[in-house]
Amino acid sequence: MKTMFACFALSLAAAPGAAYSQTETAQQEAPRPAPATLTAPKGVSQAVDARGFIHRWLVLEPVPVQGRLTETAVQEALKIAALPDTGDALPKGGDTVTVNGVTLRWHALETSNYNLNLYHFAWSLSKPTSNVLFWVATTVDSPREMANVRLAIGSNAASRWSFNGEPVIALNDDRQSVIDDGVSRRVTLRKGRNVIRAAVVNGGGATDFCARFLDENDQPVLGLGVTLQPGP
Amino acid sequence: MMKIRSILLCALFAPWAAYALDGDVVIHDPATVIQLAGRYYTYGTGNGLPILSSDDGWTWRRAGSLMSVVPGGKPGPEVLARGGNNSWAPDVIHIGDQFFVYYAAPGTQPKAAIGLLVCRTLDPSSPDYGCTDGGPVAWSDGIEDSNAIDPGVLLGPDGRLWLTYGSYFGYIRLVELDPKTGKRRSPERAPVNIAINSEASVPIYRDGWYYLLVTHGSCCQGANSTYNIRMGRSRKVTGPYLDNMGVDMIEGGGKLFAASRGRHVGPGHFGLLDLGQDVQKFSLHYEADLDRGGVSVLDIRPLLWRDGWPVAGDNLTAGVYSIESARTGTVLELAVQGSPVGGFRPRRGGPPGGPPPNGPPPEPQIGAAIADQEPAQVAANWPANPHVRLAPAMLQAQQKWAIAPVAGVGGYPGAPYFRITIAGTERSLTATQGGELAATPFTGAPEQLWRIDQLTDGSYRIAPKLVPGTTDSLALSAVGSSMPTLSRFNPASDRQRWLLGAP
Repeated sequence: MKTMFACFALSLAAAPGAAYSQTETAQQEAPRPAPATLTAPKGVSQAVDARGFIHRWLVLEPVPVQGRLTETAVQEALKIAALPDTGDALPKGGDTVTVNGVTLRWHALETSNYNLNLYHFAWSLSKPTSNVLFWVATTVDSPREMANVRLAIGSNAASRWSFNGEPVIALNDDRQSVIDDGVSRRVTLRKGRNVIRAAVVNGGGATDFCARFLDENDQPVLGLGVTLQPGP
Repeated sequence: MMKIRSILLCALFAPWAAYALDGDVVIHDPATVIQLAGRYYTYGTGNGLPILSSDDGWTWRRAGSLMSVVPGGKPGPEVLARGGNNSWAPDVIHIGDQFFVYYAAPGTQPKAAIGLLVCRTLDPSSPDYGCTDGGPVAWSDGIEDSNAIDPGVLLGPDGRLWLTYGSYFGYIRLVELDPKTGKRRSPERAPVNIAINSEASVPIYRDGWYYLLVTHGSCCQGANSTYNIRMGRSRKVTGPYLDNMGVDMIEGGGKLFAASRGRHVGPGHFGLLDLGQDVQKFSLHYEADLDRGGVSVLDIRPLLWRDGWPVAGDNLTAGVYSIESARTGTVLELAVQGSPVGGFRPRRGGPPGGPPPNGPPPEPQIGAAIADQEPAQVAANWPANPHVRLAPAMLQAQQKWAIAPVAGVGGYPGAPYFRITIAGTERSLTATQGGELAATPFTGAPEQLWRIDQLTDGSYRIAPKLVPGTTDSLALSAVGSSMPTLSRFNPASDRQRWLLGAP
């Protein structure tokens, strides 16, 4: 997944949908209400919920892409929307980054649902919701090393996920966000800080994702902390 | 192994080639198959109760006769007095540290007796191997409306032991036995009549119902035999046993369980083989196996349950299958970019590969049939070693699995090990270190050999012969909608249940 975050010098003109998104944004006049399920995080850390779902995420404003969802199309979208490689360091809410010539802002969010509704997120910001790629990231603090766990996600639509820098899940095609749709091979949660990054590509309509860890019996891993601040 | 080789050749021409057990499987009236010290045994009609044994339940061999380890080598004197000097159609049950073997000792029928052998073990390699005569437990005097042959035994859920017996001279009867000794309990009490004019009766129990399986029709005439297995059920072991139409078996009723099919004529002598974890099988014999010159042979098949009735399943045959997760409804595939069958088409009508419609799309028109997708059409861009995943069924080449028996590598009760390979390729499902999966060229390694057991609901458990790096028995598992893995089988979950069907 390292390559997923490599910087690619592609011009804005090469970004399919970019002109459309700017036009669409310009047409929005009044600020839209904030989504009811998304708020700014309170406090440093939050435990995963009773079903193991992670509620705190950093979400980058959507990157316009072509929105096709085949393997090759998703790979192309990842090149267009590539981020600078920052290793394990995550941005903070409010940081900005230039992607394909467009400056976008990271938002630190806490979802009240098991999933994070990217459509509501983008719509509330008067950003495009179709033909877009969302970058998301978070850190998970484990009280001890846990072997043979799996990252389990659902995404609408295609997505790519990395765990501690390694690619672990790749979903293609138009799909619903189904709990535990994509599940990684067995991985080890390090004691302390672990980093999850993902890209969710949407063609049209609703878009959201959810994520949790499963133990070797496919039961949710509980007792994990989630923080959006990088560790020491 | 000649049997399987011929099957593989046939599979090239017929996608649904059938096969049966391997080795020396000639037998008539087999007893319920028992497992002991890692081996399987059954006993049949013939001189001294001939034995068949198997190390894996797939390849069988003759192993002497049971009467050879009974003092005197023949039925005991009381059995001879009540019946005659024959030994037919035994049934076996293991209770505590004893094996009870019941066998028919007919004289001039319908004068006959059911004899008991009490054995500490039935393992021929054990120093304790041997049986003693336990005398007769039931008999018919040659005048009454019963013929005391073909015993079938059941240890009920309440710990009570029951024996049924009978043939075509009147009633099928039930008596109670003592589970401590195997002998008749209250012999002065008259037997209970529970069915009529059939053979090979055996009771089984499941979920509050007693089932009586019997064999109707004629035996012992090769391919001219009309044997077929029928059944009724009752809430009480003493009956009445009614069939699916409410007809009492004592008035001739009986729902069909198994009839002649394919290359096998005259199924008879049901025996339950419960392997645990929701895998049940049944043993039987066919009066004539047309692939073996029409002799009577043993078979072991899956036992399914549907609407409160047992259903005779069929062993998996070689063919091309879709492997669908019962948990998710997605199918196992190579993790490659699929191509639609027939090529890409414009989103709303138009010919495959044609330009996007200019203006309103044309109305769809019925066209020529689209051929099935073959790997040669689409595999050029497949990576060398893709992993496997689960995806919606799309009838595409990376979702079609050729399942075929592998010669010379053994098997398990009723079936050989299989290879599972993308049809038209050598990319075979392979268990990998750490309990994950890959698709690699077939070498015949044990991690590429698969045991495929049908579960009682008709779905399948698919398990590798070996998983590198562990001695655990693991099964193919849908850990999520899109991710297959290997994990311990849990019969309470759909996670490891798979549906095999035409892709």
